[in-house]
Amino acid sequence: MDINDLRGLLTAIILLAFIGLCIWAWSSRRKADFDASAALPLEEDQYMTNNEQENI
Amino acid sequence: MDTTASYNDKVVRQFTIMTVVWGIVGMLVGVIIAAQLMWPQLNFDLPFLTYSRLRPLHTNAVIFAFGGSALFATSYYVVQRTCHVRLAFSKLAAFTFWGWQAVIVLAAVTLPLGITQSKEYAELEWPIDLLIAVVWVAYAIVFFRTIGQRRIKHIYVANWFYGAFIITVAVLHIFNNLAVPVSLTKSYVIYTGVVDAMMQWWYGHNAVGFFLTAGFLGMMYYFVPKQAGRPVYSYRLSVVHFWSLIAVYMWAGPHHLHYTSLPDWAQTLGMVFSIILLAPSWGGMINGIMTLSGAWHKLRSDPILKFMIVALSFYGMSTFEGPMMSIKTVNALSHYTEWTIGHVHSGALGWVAMMTIGSIYSLLPRLYDRDGMHSTKLIDTHFWTSTIGVVLYAVALWVAGIGEGLMSRAVNDDGTLTYAFIEILASKYPYYGMRLVGGLIFFAGMIIMAYNVWKTISNKKPVPVAVMDPA
Repeated sequence: MDINDLRGLLTAIILLAFIGLCIWAWSSRRKADFDASAALPLEEDQYMTNNEQENI
Repeated sequence: MDTTASYNDKVVRQFTIMTVVWGIVGMLVGVIIAAQLMWPQLNFDLPFLTYSRLRPLHTNAVIFAFGGSALFATSYYVVQRTCHVRLAFSKLAAFTFWGWQAVIVLAAVTLPLGITQSKEYAELEWPIDLLIAVVWVAYAIVFFRTIGQRRIKHIYVANWFYGAFIITVAVLHIFNNLAVPVSLTKSYVIYTGVVDAMMQWWYGHNAVGFFLTAGFLGMMYYFVPKQAGRPVYSYRLSVVHFWSLIAVYMWAGPHHLHYTSLPDWAQTLGMVFSIILLAPSWGGMINGIMTLSGAWHKLRSDPILKFMIVALSFYGMSTFEGPMMSIKTVNALSHYTEWTIGHVHSGALGWVAMMTIGSIYSLLPRLYDRDGMHSTKLIDTHFWTSTIGVVLYAVALWVAGIGEGLMSRAVNDDGTLTYAFIEILASKYPYYGMRLVGGLIFFAGMIIMAYNVWKTISNKKPVPVAVMDPA
Protein backbone atom coordinates (compact mmCIF):
# COMPACT_ATOMS: atom_id res chain seq x y z
CA MET A 1 0.00 0.00 0.00
CA ASP A 2 1.57 3.28 -1.05
CA ILE A 3 0.69 6.91 -0.48
CA ASN A 4 -1.69 6.97 -3.46
CA ASP A 5 -3.92 4.34 -1.83
CA LEU A 6 -4.20 6.62 1.19
CA ARG A 7 -5.06 9.56 -1.07
CA GLY A 8 -7.78 7.54 -2.77
CA LEU A 9 -9.10 6.37 0.56
CA LEU A 10 -9.21 9.93 1.92
CA THR A 11 -11.17 11.09 -1.14
CA ALA A 12 -13.65 8.26 -0.60
CA ILE A 13 -13.99 9.07 3.12
CA ILE A 14 -14.65 12.74 2.43
CA LEU A 15 -17.19 11.90 -0.24
CA LEU A 16 -18.96 9.54 2.17
CA ALA A 17 -18.84 12.22 4.87
CA PHE A 18 -20.54 14.66 2.51
CA ILE A 19 -23.23 12.16 1.59
CA GLY A 20 -23.65 11.34 5.28
CA LEU A 21 -24.02 15.05 6.09
CA CYS A 22 -26.73 15.44 3.45
CA ILE A 23 -28.61 12.39 4.73
CA TRP A 24 -28.33 13.71 8.29
CA ALA A 25 -29.51 17.18 7.34
CA TRP A 26 -32.46 15.96 5.27
CA SER A 27 -33.62 13.25 7.71
CA SER A 28 -37.10 13.94 9.00
CA ARG A 29 -35.89 13.61 12.59
CA ARG A 30 -33.99 16.89 12.22
CA LYS A 31 -37.01 18.83 11.02
CA ALA A 32 -38.42 19.96 14.36
CA ASP A 33 -35.05 21.15 15.65
CA PHE A 34 -34.21 22.90 12.41
CA ASP A 35 -37.59 24.64 12.30
CA ALA A 36 -37.07 25.87 15.85
CA SER A 37 -33.61 27.16 14.98
CA ALA A 38 -34.77 28.83 11.78
CA ALA A 39 -37.38 30.78 13.75
CA LEU A 40 -34.78 32.37 16.07
CA PRO A 41 -34.03 35.48 13.95
CA LEU A 42 -37.74 36.30 13.83
CA GLU A 43 -38.05 36.88 17.57
CA GLU A 44 -38.64 40.50 18.53
CA ASP A 45 -36.68 42.33 21.23
CA GLN A 46 -38.47 43.14 24.48
CA TYR A 47 -37.40 46.57 25.68
CA MET A 48 -37.33 46.91 29.45
CA THR A 49 -39.63 49.26 31.32
CA ASN A 50 -38.23 51.80 33.80
CA ASN A 51 -39.09 49.51 36.72
CA GLU A 52 -37.28 46.58 35.23
CA GLN A 53 -34.23 48.69 34.48
CA GLU A 54 -33.94 49.72 38.12
CA ASN A 55 -33.84 46.09 39.16
CA ILE A 56 -30.80 45.20 37.06
CA MET B 1 -23.93 40.55 36.47
CA ASP B 2 -27.08 38.50 36.02
CA THR B 3 -26.71 36.79 32.66
CA THR B 4 -30.44 36.56 32.26
CA ALA B 5 -31.45 40.21 32.84
CA SER B 6 -30.49 42.29 29.83
CA TYR B 7 -28.37 41.91 26.71
CA ASN B 8 -25.00 43.66 26.47
CA ASP B 9 -25.81 46.04 23.64
CA LYS B 10 -23.33 48.75 24.60
CA VAL B 11 -20.42 47.05 22.85
CA VAL B 12 -22.68 46.33 19.87
CA ARG B 13 -23.59 50.03 19.62
CA GLN B 14 -19.92 51.05 19.86
CA PHE B 15 -18.81 48.72 17.09
CA THR B 16 -21.84 49.66 14.96
CA ILE B 17 -21.05 53.39 15.08
CA MET B 18 -17.35 52.76 14.37
CA THR B 19 -18.32 50.63 11.36
CA VAL B 20 -19.82 53.72 9.76
CA VAL B 21 -16.89 55.94 10.81
CA TRP B 22 -14.19 53.57 9.52
CA GLY B 23 -16.19 52.87 6.38
CA ILE B 24 -16.04 56.57 5.54
CA VAL B 25 -12.33 56.86 6.41
CA GLY B 26 -11.32 53.71 4.51
CA MET B 27 -13.34 54.54 1.41
CA LEU B 28 -12.07 58.14 1.43
CA VAL B 29 -8.50 56.84 1.30
CA GLY B 30 -9.61 54.55 -1.54
CA VAL B 31 -10.99 57.52 -3.47
CA ILE B 32 -7.73 59.44 -2.90
CA ILE B 33 -5.53 56.64 -4.25
CA ALA B 34 -7.89 56.11 -7.20
CA ALA B 35 -7.37 59.82 -7.98
CA GLN B 36 -3.59 59.40 -7.57
CA LEU B 37 -3.61 56.74 -10.30
CA MET B 38 -5.01 59.41 -12.62
CA TRP B 39 -3.04 62.34 -11.24
CA PRO B 40 0.17 61.13 -9.56
CA GLN B 41 0.93 64.73 -8.51
CA LEU B 42 -1.74 64.29 -5.83
CA ASN B 43 0.88 62.79 -3.51
CA PHE B 44 2.35 66.35 -3.30
CA ASP B 45 5.80 64.74 -3.09
CA LEU B 46 5.14 63.91 0.55
CA PRO B 47 6.33 60.40 1.49
CA PHE B 48 3.34 59.67 3.73
CA LEU B 49 0.91 60.54 0.95
CA THR B 50 2.45 58.27 -1.68
CA TYR B 51 0.30 55.57 -3.28
CA SER B 52 2.55 52.84 -1.89
CA ARG B 53 1.82 53.89 1.70
CA LEU B 54 -1.83 54.85 1.31
CA ARG B 55 -2.83 51.68 -0.52
CA PRO B 56 -2.19 49.36 2.47
CA LEU B 57 -3.90 51.98 4.66
CA HIS B 58 -6.96 51.74 2.41
CA THR B 59 -7.06 47.92 2.40
CA ASN B 60 -6.49 47.64 6.15
CA ALA B 61 -9.08 50.30 6.90
CA VAL B 62 -11.86 48.86 4.76
CA ILE B 63 -11.23 45.19 5.57
CA PHE B 64 -10.21 45.23 9.23
CA ALA B 65 -11.59 48.54 10.51
CA PHE B 66 -14.88 48.76 8.56
CA GLY B 67 -15.48 45.05 7.92
CA GLY B 68 -13.98 44.01 11.25
CA SER B 69 -16.10 46.42 13.31
CA ALA B 70 -19.21 45.25 11.44
CA LEU B 71 -18.39 41.62 12.23
CA PHE B 72 -17.74 42.34 15.90
CA ALA B 73 -20.98 44.32 16.17
CA THR B 74 -23.23 41.83 14.43
CA SER B 75 -21.65 38.69 15.92
CA TYR B 76 -22.06 40.08 19.45
CA TYR B 77 -25.66 40.99 18.67
CA VAL B 78 -26.55 37.75 16.92
CA VAL B 79 -24.93 35.40 19.44
CA GLN B 80 -26.90 36.97 22.31
CA ARG B 81 -30.24 36.96 20.46
CA THR B 82 -29.91 33.40 19.16
CA CYS B 83 -28.56 31.94 22.42
CA HIS B 84 -31.02 33.74 24.75
CA VAL B 85 -28.19 34.79 27.03
CA ARG B 86 -26.20 37.94 27.84
CA LEU B 87 -22.75 38.26 26.26
CA ALA B 88 -20.13 36.61 28.49
CA PHE B 89 -17.42 38.69 30.20
CA SER B 90 -18.62 42.29 29.74
CA LYS B 91 -15.19 43.74 30.58
CA LEU B 92 -13.40 41.46 28.13
CA ALA B 93 -15.93 42.42 25.47
CA ALA B 94 -15.19 46.10 26.19
CA PHE B 95 -11.48 45.28 25.88
CA THR B 96 -12.08 43.82 22.39
CA PHE B 97 -13.67 47.13 21.37
CA TRP B 98 -10.93 49.41 22.71
CA GLY B 99 -8.17 46.98 21.69
CA TRP B 100 -9.47 46.77 18.14
CA GLN B 101 -9.75 50.56 17.89
CA ALA B 102 -6.15 50.83 19.18
CA VAL B 103 -5.02 48.42 16.44
CA ILE B 104 -6.76 50.58 13.83
CA VAL B 105 -5.22 53.81 15.12
CA LEU B 106 -1.76 52.21 15.24
CA ALA B 107 -2.23 51.03 11.66
CA ALA B 108 -3.29 54.52 10.58
CA VAL B 109 -0.10 55.93 12.10
CA THR B 110 2.48 53.31 11.13
CA LEU B 111 1.43 52.57 7.54
CA PRO B 112 1.80 56.18 6.27
CA LEU B 113 5.19 56.25 8.07
CA GLY B 114 6.26 53.35 5.88
CA ILE B 115 6.51 50.87 8.74
CA THR B 116 5.50 47.59 7.12
CA GLN B 117 6.22 43.85 6.90
CA SER B 118 5.55 44.10 3.14
CA LYS B 119 3.07 41.21 3.28
CA GLU B 120 -0.15 42.06 1.48
CA TYR B 121 -3.13 42.44 3.88
CA ALA B 122 -0.66 41.64 6.71
CA GLU B 123 1.48 44.78 6.54
CA LEU B 124 1.33 45.64 10.22
CA GLU B 125 4.56 45.18 12.18
CA TRP B 126 5.03 42.70 15.00
CA PRO B 127 4.00 44.78 18.07
CA ILE B 128 0.63 45.50 16.41
CA ASP B 129 0.37 41.86 15.32
CA LEU B 130 0.77 40.82 18.95
CA LEU B 131 -1.99 43.21 20.02
CA ILE B 132 -4.24 41.82 17.27
CA ALA B 133 -3.58 38.28 18.51
CA VAL B 134 -4.48 39.23 22.10
CA VAL B 135 -7.66 41.05 21.06
CA TRP B 136 -8.65 38.16 18.82
CA VAL B 137 -8.19 35.55 21.53
CA ALA B 138 -10.30 37.74 23.84
CA TYR B 139 -12.96 37.90 21.09
CA ALA B 140 -12.92 34.09 20.82
CA ILE B 141 -13.27 33.71 24.60
CA VAL B 142 -16.23 36.12 24.74
CA PHE B 143 -17.96 34.58 21.74
CA PHE B 144 -17.51 30.91 22.57
CA ARG B 145 -18.22 31.37 26.29
CA THR B 146 -21.52 32.98 25.28
CA ILE B 147 -22.27 29.99 23.06
CA GLY B 148 -21.33 27.71 25.98
CA GLN B 149 -23.81 29.49 28.25
CA ARG B 150 -26.64 29.38 25.70
CA ARG B 151 -30.13 28.55 26.88
CA ILE B 152 -31.16 27.19 23.49
CA LYS B 153 -30.48 23.61 22.54
CA HIS B 154 -29.16 24.24 19.05
CA ILE B 155 -26.50 26.65 17.87
CA TYR B 156 -28.05 28.83 15.15
CA VAL B 157 -26.30 28.54 11.78
CA ALA B 158 -25.11 32.18 11.78
CA ASN B 159 -23.07 31.40 14.91
CA TRP B 160 -21.39 28.50 13.12
CA PHE B 161 -20.23 30.88 10.42
CA TYR B 162 -19.10 33.51 12.94
CA GLY B 163 -17.34 30.82 14.98
CA ALA B 164 -15.46 29.44 11.95
CA PHE B 165 -14.47 33.01 11.03
CA ILE B 166 -13.09 33.70 14.52
CA ILE B 167 -11.11 30.45 14.83
CA THR B 168 -9.70 30.50 11.31
CA VAL B 169 -8.65 34.15 11.40
CA ALA B 170 -6.76 33.47 14.65
CA VAL B 171 -4.86 30.57 13.04
CA LEU B 172 -4.18 32.49 9.81
CA HIS B 173 -3.02 35.63 11.58
CA ILE B 174 -0.70 33.91 14.00
CA PHE B 175 1.02 31.60 11.51
CA ASN B 176 1.35 34.08 8.65
CA ASN B 177 2.91 36.68 10.96
CA LEU B 178 5.55 34.53 12.64
CA ALA B 179 8.57 36.81 12.44
CA VAL B 180 11.93 37.60 14.00
CA PRO B 181 11.95 41.18 15.34
CA VAL B 182 15.14 43.16 14.90
CA SER B 183 13.77 46.41 16.36
CA LEU B 184 10.48 47.82 17.56
CA THR B 185 9.46 48.73 14.02
CA LYS B 186 11.19 46.09 11.91
CA SER B 187 10.96 42.31 11.72
CA TYR B 188 11.60 39.57 9.20
CA VAL B 189 9.09 36.77 8.58
CA ILE B 190 10.47 33.32 9.26
CA TYR B 191 9.42 31.94 5.87
CA THR B 192 11.55 32.33 2.76
CA GLY B 193 11.10 32.00 -0.97
CA VAL B 194 8.22 29.97 -2.31
CA VAL B 195 7.20 28.80 1.18
CA ASP B 196 6.75 32.46 2.14
CA ALA B 197 4.63 32.98 -0.98
CA MET B 198 2.48 29.94 -0.21
CA MET B 199 2.01 30.99 3.45
CA GLN B 200 1.13 34.49 2.32
CA TRP B 201 -1.62 33.31 -0.05
CA TRP B 202 -2.84 30.60 2.27
CA TYR B 203 -3.39 33.53 4.61
CA GLY B 204 -4.51 35.98 1.92
CA HIS B 205 -7.10 33.78 0.31
CA ASN B 206 -8.51 32.48 3.56
CA ALA B 207 -8.76 36.04 4.82
CA VAL B 208 -11.13 36.42 1.86
CA GLY B 209 -12.75 33.07 2.62
CA PHE B 210 -13.24 33.41 6.34
CA PHE B 211 -13.05 37.13 7.15
CA LEU B 212 -14.86 38.50 4.08
CA THR B 213 -17.04 35.47 3.33
CA ALA B 214 -17.83 33.22 6.32
CA GLY B 215 -18.19 36.18 8.71
CA PHE B 216 -20.52 38.05 6.37
CA LEU B 217 -22.48 34.85 5.64
CA GLY B 218 -23.13 34.75 9.39
CA MET B 219 -24.49 38.28 9.06
CA MET B 220 -26.56 37.21 6.05
CA TYR B 221 -28.08 34.18 7.81
CA TYR B 222 -29.40 36.37 10.62
CA PHE B 223 -30.26 39.72 9.06
CA VAL B 224 -31.81 38.56 5.77
CA PRO B 225 -34.43 36.39 7.54
CA LYS B 226 -34.89 39.14 10.15
CA GLN B 227 -35.49 41.87 7.59
CA ALA B 228 -37.60 39.65 5.33
CA GLY B 229 -39.67 38.49 8.30
CA ARG B 230 -39.36 34.89 7.10
CA PRO B 231 -37.14 32.00 8.21
CA VAL B 232 -34.22 31.12 5.96
CA TYR B 233 -35.31 29.32 2.76
CA SER B 234 -33.72 26.00 3.75
CA TYR B 235 -32.10 25.43 7.12
CA ARG B 236 -30.90 22.02 5.85
CA LEU B 237 -29.13 23.65 2.94
CA SER B 238 -27.51 26.12 5.34
CA VAL B 239 -25.96 23.22 7.29
CA VAL B 240 -24.57 21.61 4.12
CA HIS B 241 -23.49 25.09 2.93
CA PHE B 242 -21.47 25.67 6.10
CA TRP B 243 -19.57 22.39 6.18
CA SER B 244 -18.81 22.29 2.47
CA LEU B 245 -17.68 25.93 2.36
CA ILE B 246 -15.23 25.63 5.24
CA ALA B 247 -13.93 22.26 4.00
CA VAL B 248 -13.15 23.56 0.52
CA TYR B 249 -12.01 27.17 1.05
CA MET B 250 -8.79 26.30 2.83
CA TRP B 251 -7.24 24.76 -0.30
CA ALA B 252 -7.90 27.48 -2.85
CA GLY B 253 -5.01 29.84 -1.98
CA PRO B 254 -2.47 28.60 -4.60
CA HIS B 255 -4.56 30.16 -7.42
CA HIS B 256 -2.84 33.44 -6.43
CA LEU B 257 0.45 31.88 -7.53
CA HIS B 258 -0.28 30.51 -11.00
CA TYR B 259 2.76 30.37 -13.29
CA THR B 260 5.15 31.11 -10.41
CA SER B 261 7.83 28.85 -8.95
CA LEU B 262 5.16 27.19 -6.77
CA PRO B 263 5.11 23.50 -7.81
CA ASP B 264 2.70 22.83 -10.65
CA TRP B 265 0.66 20.26 -8.71
CA ALA B 266 -0.03 22.85 -6.00
CA GLN B 267 -1.21 25.36 -8.60
CA THR B 268 -3.54 22.74 -10.10
CA LEU B 269 -4.81 21.81 -6.65
CA GLY B 270 -5.64 25.46 -5.96
CA MET B 271 -7.42 25.74 -9.29
CA VAL B 272 -9.50 22.58 -8.81
CA PHE B 273 -10.60 23.54 -5.29
CA SER B 274 -11.45 27.05 -6.47
CA ILE B 275 -13.76 25.61 -9.11
CA ILE B 276 -15.40 23.22 -6.60
CA LEU B 277 -15.96 26.25 -4.37
CA LEU B 278 -18.59 27.49 -6.80
CA ALA B 279 -21.02 24.85 -5.49
CA PRO B 280 -21.18 25.82 -1.79
CA SER B 281 -20.96 29.51 -2.67
CA TRP B 282 -23.96 29.37 -4.94
CA GLY B 283 -25.79 27.10 -2.50
CA GLY B 284 -25.49 29.87 0.08
CA MET B 285 -26.41 32.62 -2.36
CA ILE B 286 -29.54 30.76 -3.49
CA ASN B 287 -30.47 30.05 0.13
CA GLY B 288 -30.24 33.76 0.94
CA ILE B 289 -32.11 35.04 -2.09
CA MET B 290 -34.84 32.37 -1.92
CA THR B 291 -35.56 33.44 1.66
CA LEU B 292 -37.61 36.15 -0.04
CA SER B 293 -39.56 33.51 -1.96
CA GLY B 294 -43.24 34.36 -1.56
CA ALA B 295 -42.41 37.85 -0.30
CA TRP B 296 -40.80 39.42 -3.34
CA HIS B 297 -43.19 42.38 -3.08
CA LYS B 298 -41.23 43.53 -0.03
CA LEU B 299 -38.40 44.54 -2.36
CA ARG B 300 -40.62 47.28 -3.74
CA SER B 301 -40.97 49.10 -0.45
CA ASP B 302 -37.94 48.09 1.62
CA PRO B 303 -34.56 49.49 0.47
CA ILE B 304 -32.80 47.55 3.26
CA LEU B 305 -33.89 44.29 1.63
CA LYS B 306 -32.75 45.69 -1.71
CA PHE B 307 -29.29 46.20 -0.21
CA MET B 308 -29.25 42.59 0.97
CA ILE B 309 -30.53 41.01 -2.22
CA VAL B 310 -28.17 43.04 -4.41
CA ALA B 311 -25.33 42.08 -2.02
CA LEU B 312 -26.23 38.41 -2.49
CA SER B 313 -26.36 38.93 -6.25
CA PHE B 314 -22.87 40.41 -6.19
CA TYR B 315 -21.78 37.51 -3.99
CA GLY B 316 -23.08 35.09 -6.61
CA MET B 317 -21.44 37.04 -9.39
CA SER B 318 -18.02 37.33 -7.79
CA THR B 319 -18.05 33.70 -6.61
CA PHE B 320 -18.62 32.75 -10.25
CA GLU B 321 -15.97 35.16 -11.49
CA GLY B 322 -13.39 33.99 -8.93
CA PRO B 323 -13.42 30.28 -9.89
CA MET B 324 -13.34 31.30 -13.55
CA MET B 325 -10.30 33.53 -12.95
CA SER B 326 -8.58 30.71 -11.05
CA ILE B 327 -8.51 28.55 -14.21
CA LYS B 328 -4.91 28.79 -15.35
CA THR B 329 -5.63 29.80 -18.93
CA VAL B 330 -8.02 32.56 -17.81
CA ASN B 331 -5.58 33.58 -15.10
CA ALA B 332 -2.86 33.97 -17.74
CA LEU B 333 -4.96 36.82 -19.12
CA SER B 334 -6.39 38.28 -15.92
CA HIS B 335 -3.54 38.08 -13.40
CA TYR B 336 -1.60 41.28 -12.66
CA THR B 337 -4.24 43.34 -14.48
CA GLU B 338 -7.01 45.71 -13.35
CA TRP B 339 -9.48 42.85 -13.80
CA THR B 340 -8.31 41.46 -10.45
CA ILE B 341 -8.98 44.77 -8.73
CA GLY B 342 -12.39 44.93 -10.39
CA HIS B 343 -13.16 41.41 -9.15
CA VAL B 344 -12.06 42.22 -5.62
CA HIS B 345 -14.24 45.33 -5.49
CA SER B 346 -17.34 43.63 -6.85
CA GLY B 347 -16.88 41.33 -3.85
CA ALA B 348 -15.79 43.99 -1.37
CA LEU B 349 -18.21 46.78 -2.30
CA GLY B 350 -20.98 44.68 -3.85
CA TRP B 351 -21.08 41.83 -1.33
CA VAL B 352 -19.30 42.83 1.88
CA ALA B 353 -20.13 46.53 2.04
CA MET B 354 -23.71 46.26 0.80
CA MET B 355 -24.51 43.36 3.15
CA THR B 356 -22.97 45.36 6.01
CA ILE B 357 -24.87 48.53 5.14
CA GLY B 358 -28.17 46.63 4.87
CA SER B 359 -27.56 44.83 8.16
CA ILE B 360 -26.65 48.06 9.97
CA TYR B 361 -29.78 49.82 8.70
CA SER B 362 -31.70 46.84 10.08
CA LEU B 363 -29.78 46.68 13.36
CA LEU B 364 -29.28 50.31 14.38
CA PRO B 365 -32.92 51.26 15.06
CA ARG B 366 -33.31 48.13 17.22
CA LEU B 367 -30.31 49.22 19.29
CA TYR B 368 -32.00 52.55 20.03
CA ASP B 369 -35.59 51.34 20.45
CA ARG B 370 -36.76 52.99 17.25
CA ASP B 371 -39.13 51.57 14.64
CA GLY B 372 -36.75 52.32 11.80
CA MET B 373 -34.07 54.64 10.50
CA HIS B 374 -34.70 58.39 10.47
CA SER B 375 -35.35 58.38 6.72
CA THR B 376 -36.26 55.39 4.54
CA LYS B 377 -36.01 57.64 1.50
CA LEU B 378 -32.35 58.34 2.26
CA ILE B 379 -31.72 54.57 2.57
CA ASP B 380 -33.17 54.24 -0.92
CA THR B 381 -30.91 57.05 -2.19
CA HIS B 382 -27.97 55.30 -0.56
CA PHE B 383 -28.98 52.04 -2.20
CA TRP B 384 -28.89 53.60 -5.67
CA THR B 385 -25.58 55.41 -5.09
CA SER B 386 -24.03 52.12 -3.90
CA THR B 387 -25.40 50.10 -6.79
CA ILE B 388 -24.46 52.62 -9.48
CA GLY B 389 -21.06 53.19 -7.86
CA VAL B 390 -20.07 49.54 -7.72
CA VAL B 391 -21.36 48.78 -11.22
CA LEU B 392 -19.39 51.71 -12.69
CA TYR B 393 -16.31 50.63 -10.74
CA ALA B 394 -16.46 46.96 -11.77
CA VAL B 395 -17.30 47.60 -15.42
CA ALA B 396 -14.47 50.15 -15.77
CA LEU B 397 -11.90 47.73 -14.43
CA TRP B 398 -13.19 44.78 -16.43
CA VAL B 399 -12.67 46.73 -19.62
CA ALA B 400 -9.34 48.18 -18.48
CA GLY B 401 -8.10 44.80 -17.23
CA ILE B 402 -9.07 42.66 -20.20
CA GLY B 403 -7.58 45.30 -22.52
CA GLU B 404 -4.44 45.36 -20.42
CA GLY B 405 -4.16 41.56 -20.50
CA LEU B 406 -4.67 41.38 -24.26
CA MET B 407 -2.19 44.18 -24.96
CA SER B 408 0.40 42.62 -22.64
CA ARG B 409 0.38 39.29 -24.47
CA ALA B 410 0.23 40.70 -28.02
CA VAL B 411 3.38 39.91 -30.01
CA ASN B 412 4.56 40.91 -33.50
CA ASP B 413 5.52 38.39 -36.19
CA ASP B 414 9.16 38.67 -35.18
CA GLY B 415 8.35 37.82 -31.55
CA THR B 416 8.75 41.30 -30.09
CA LEU B 417 6.05 42.79 -27.85
CA THR B 418 3.49 44.86 -29.74
CA TYR B 419 2.84 47.35 -26.96
CA ALA B 420 5.20 49.19 -24.64
CA PHE B 421 4.23 49.44 -20.96
CA ILE B 422 3.42 53.13 -21.35
CA GLU B 423 0.98 52.42 -24.18
CA ILE B 424 -0.87 49.91 -22.02
CA LEU B 425 -0.97 52.41 -19.16
CA ALA B 426 -2.32 55.11 -21.46
CA SER B 427 -5.10 52.75 -22.62
CA LYS B 428 -6.29 52.41 -19.01
CA TYR B 429 -6.53 56.13 -18.31
CA PRO B 430 -10.19 56.69 -19.26
CA TYR B 431 -11.18 53.69 -17.13
CA TYR B 432 -9.23 55.00 -14.15
CA GLY B 433 -11.45 58.07 -14.48
CA MET B 434 -14.63 55.97 -14.65
CA ARG B 435 -13.50 53.96 -11.63
CA LEU B 436 -12.82 57.15 -9.67
CA VAL B 437 -16.33 58.38 -10.45
CA GLY B 438 -17.79 55.02 -9.37
CA GLY B 439 -15.80 55.12 -6.13
CA LEU B 440 -16.85 58.71 -5.45
CA ILE B 441 -20.52 57.84 -5.92
CA PHE B 442 -20.21 54.87 -3.56
CA PHE B 443 -18.42 57.09 -1.05
CA ALA B 444 -21.15 59.75 -1.34
CA GLY B 445 -23.64 57.09 -0.26
CA MET B 446 -21.64 56.53 2.94
CA ILE B 447 -21.94 60.23 3.77
CA ILE B 448 -25.71 59.96 3.32
CA MET B 449 -25.63 56.97 5.66
CA ALA B 450 -23.66 58.88 8.29
CA TYR B 451 -26.27 61.69 8.23
CA ASN B 452 -29.12 59.18 8.48
CA VAL B 453 -27.40 57.36 11.36
CA TRP B 454 -26.80 60.64 13.17
CA LYS B 455 -30.45 61.71 12.84
CA THR B 456 -31.57 58.27 14.03
CA ILE B 457 -29.56 58.14 17.23
CA SER B 458 -29.04 61.75 18.33
CA ASN B 459 -31.11 62.64 21.39
CA LYS B 460 -32.09 59.00 21.68
CA LYS B 461 -31.27 57.17 24.86
CA PRO B 462 -30.73 53.43 24.43
CA VAL B 463 -33.16 51.17 26.27
CA PRO B 464 -31.94 47.83 27.68
CA VAL B 465 -33.41 44.74 26.06
CA ALA B 466 -34.54 41.89 28.28
CA VAL B 467 -32.93 38.51 27.69
CA MET B 468 -35.41 36.04 26.21
CA ASP B 469 -36.51 33.04 28.24
CA PRO B 470 -34.88 29.68 27.49
CA ALA B 471 -36.45 27.64 24.74
